[in-house]
Amino acid sequence: MLYRAARSDALRIVPLDDFTAIYHRASGITHLVASPAPEILAALNGAGLTLAGLTARLSERYDLLDADEAALAARLDELVAAGLVSTA
Amino acid sequence: MRHTFSVRIGPVGFRVGSDWRAPIRQLETLYGGYPALEDGVPDFTVRLFAARPWRRVIRPAVMLGGDFVLPDAAPLPLAQGLLAAEMAMNLQMALGQRRYLLLHASAVERDGRVLLMTGESGSGKSTLAALLSRRGWRLMGDEFALIDPATGLAHAFPRLVSLKNAAIPVVEAAVPDARFGPLIEGTPKGTIRHLVPDVASVAAMDQPGTPALLLFPRYGFAPDVRPVAPGEVFVRLTQASTNYVALGARGFEALTGLVRAIPARAIDYPDTAGALAQVEALWRAL
Repeated sequence: MLYRAARSDALRIVPLDDFTAIYHRASGITHLVASPAPEILAALNGAGLTLAGLTARLSERYDLLDADEAALAARLDELVAAGLVSTA
Repeated sequence: MRHTFSVRIGPVGFRVGSDWRAPIRQLETLYGGYPALEDGVPDFTVRLFAARPWRRVIRPAVMLGGDFVLPDAAPLPLAQGLLAAEMAMNLQMALGQRRYLLLHASAVERDGRVLLMTGESGSGKSTLAALLSRRGWRLMGDEFALIDPATGLAHAFPRLVSLKNAAIPVVEAAVPDARFGPLIEGTPKGTIRHLVPDVASVAAMDQPGTPALLLFPRYGFAPDVRPVAPGEVFVRLTQASTNYVALGARGFEALTGLVRAIPARAIDYPDTAGALAQVEALWRAL
């Protein structure tokens, strides 16, 4: 399964502190998210990635202490439910 | 309508129509120093009308109407007609304002910079704004702060200051020379008395200011000052805004811009003298 973030021009992402405010233009909904959601959205920007591909991409960019695919899948499910990530 | 009154408060024009003369006369007196509508056309209209024709004279009860209405609003007795007009004007702003991001906050200005205070009813934001306005600050409003999404500037909306219950004697004692409306007792929010903003604040109401500090005051606690993190400020201000959702992306830009631009503090205070000292100290430390 491929995960793909909403197109970057569909989202307005503003880091506030530990929280990041995201405005989803299509729905008009404001989301307030914490790490790792902004990092996941940045990694999924553009071409879609599989869960394994996303884990690898995040491992390249960040020092993941324990790259836990199950935990990442749970975060992805939340982003899919919020409408910020789609699956194909 | 039989009786009408028009006024401009900051950038917003209102026309109030009424079945009764008394509330209009009170509005004319209290808003005597305010400008007329800019081009004769109001942004919002408000109607105070009798539910049935005979209720204009028999146990007169004021129904609220206007461009925007709440379906289940209960009528108010005619003795509270001024309050009804003020409530209806606020309602038009809360439900209909689209030009500015509306924050349920009081605002005062000094040297072009604006102090915003937001909180629940009873937090003291109206009282503090009223008292600061007699201590070298300009009153920009006690109820709504208007943030322009295009510029980030705060615009004034200096309507009558609505003082409630214990705040009434505090402000009466602090500014005995001020003009007040009638004491309105037995309202849904207790006793209310309106304070007329000082002449200088009304004269300067077309001048916007740059937001500089946001406070979350809380009355009735030991003195304390705490920083409030931007994420929490953002959430609290979305709740304090009546039109954030309606403004869509413009509201998001305006609010995130404001939250990132200015520091925020929660202040607890046991009495108004202490609160005023806290405010001045925080302002000096900016």
